[in-house]
Amino acid sequence: MTLKPNTELLRVEDLHKQYGDNEVLKGVSLTASSGDVISIIGSSGSGKSTWLRCINFLELPTSGKIIVAGEEVKMLPGSKDALKVADPRQLQKIRTRLSMVFQHFNLWGHMTVLQNVIEAPIHVLGLSRKEAMERAERYLERVGVWKFRDTYPAHMSGGQQQRVAIARALAMEPEALLFDEPTSALDPELVGEVLKVMRSIAEEGRTMLVVTHEMGFAREVSNHVIFVHQGRVEERGNPREVLTRPNSERLQQFLSGNLK
Amino acid sequence: MDWFDLNVISGSLPEFWRGLWVTLQLTIISLAIGFALAIPLSIARVSSNPWVSRPVSAYTYFFRGTPMLVQLLLIYYGIGQSEWVQQQWETGNSFWLLFRDAYFCALLAFTLNTCAYQLEMFAGAIRNIPLGEVEAAEAMGMTRYTSLCRIVLPSALRRAIPPLSNEVILMLQGSAIASAVTLVDLTGAARNVYSRHYAPFEAFIFAGLLYLAVTFVLVGLFRFAESHWLAHLQPRSASAKKD
Repeated sequence: MTLKPNTELLRVEDLHKQYGDNEVLKGVSLTASSGDVISIIGSSGSGKSTWLRCINFLELPTSGKIIVAGEEVKMLPGSKDALKVADPRQLQKIRTRLSMVFQHFNLWGHMTVLQNVIEAPIHVLGLSRKEAMERAERYLERVGVWKFRDTYPAHMSGGQQQRVAIARALAMEPEALLFDEPTSALDPELVGEVLKVMRSIAEEGRTMLVVTHEMGFAREVSNHVIFVHQGRVEERGNPREVLTRPNSERLQQFLSGNLK
Repeated sequence: MDWFDLNVISGSLPEFWRGLWVTLQLTIISLAIGFALAIPLSIARVSSNPWVSRPVSAYTYFFRGTPMLVQLLLIYYGIGQSEWVQQQWETGNSFWLLFRDAYFCALLAFTLNTCAYQLEMFAGAIRNIPLGEVEAAEAMGMTRYTSLCRIVLPSALRRAIPPLSNEVILMLQGSAIASAVTLVDLTGAARNVYSRHYAPFEAFIFAGLLYLAVTFVLVGLFRFAESHWLAHLQPRSASAKKD
């Protein structure tokens, strides 16, 4: 967070992922510097979610490099489809620097909102309860759900749950935030509240990687957009240019079916 | 009421209390030890390594597939039939002497039996944990051990409370078979009272009422446990509505 702008935070080099004969990612790369908000767009099945999930190794890539703040995640040859993590401790450490927000929130159901947010800071980062509570208050206030701190996730709307999930990710004070289609599971009238929160944390200068179908967000909030088609980067660049004057036919087709 | 003589009961109350105490001891001790063993074994049960999960699965297959009475009789009468064990008794081997003690044998059979049932319940609950919650733990940088202790088990054990309450009640009733190996539990006490007075109604109805009372208390305890630990699965309360 204290890094100055334009420091490279994350680099993905020539990432491949296959499941059996099906190659989902055919060599994709990206670089994110601090303060970047990168939107990854593409139709369903294009591989964009797999890409994001490979970055924190929820999916193990078939080949490729992931470098987080100059530190390369050490991998070993594994099976035909997936590399093996060489050093689980290193991976755990790196994961604490890349917090993820999921499509289905994935809050821990047996914990209240507050417990959800203080859990990893205490049991992963080793913060004291007091410090974790301070963080939780700050970030739950930040996303506007502090008043629900003693509520269980199942008793809240999807939009509220997703805001809690964002607070949970922020409480790790990561170097970058990964969003995996954060509004796709929400009722249409709840999408706005989540996007508003995401926009406001982007404006704080946080580094974000967002897989999304929200073209409005991609255009207005992100400073870089990547269009993925069939496991390849088809087009990338400044969203105002790429989304208004797409070069590739595929992106033109995609956008015409996705005008928002 | 010449078919129901309260004096039979009031005259044998100390006997009933002693029997009830034995029943409670057998039930509580076997449930507690069974519970403590069931947690690590349930983790082994869901292991993807067959060398770990198969032996546990064979164990539960046997103990859930045969009547607890048969298990008890096998342990109490069966083990003592072995000549080798008899030799150990003669040499005064204190471990094997335990198998001459009906109380120990009943505890052992009950513990092994309830442990098998409990561990299958826990294993089922572990398998049913929403995958996304485990993924979130991973993505937050938790080790597998932390995720197990902080996310998987707390979630699974909570969801296992309702089936566990059935198991606890079944064990209470099931402990009546302790009387088959000379122990004077509540059922054994009732049988003694019955044979002394030839008063079956008085003896067995009173024993039944005592079982009923304990069951009633257990149901209450579990209802409390559910409201405490399963609040997150209950319908939303009025206080937690809209933004």
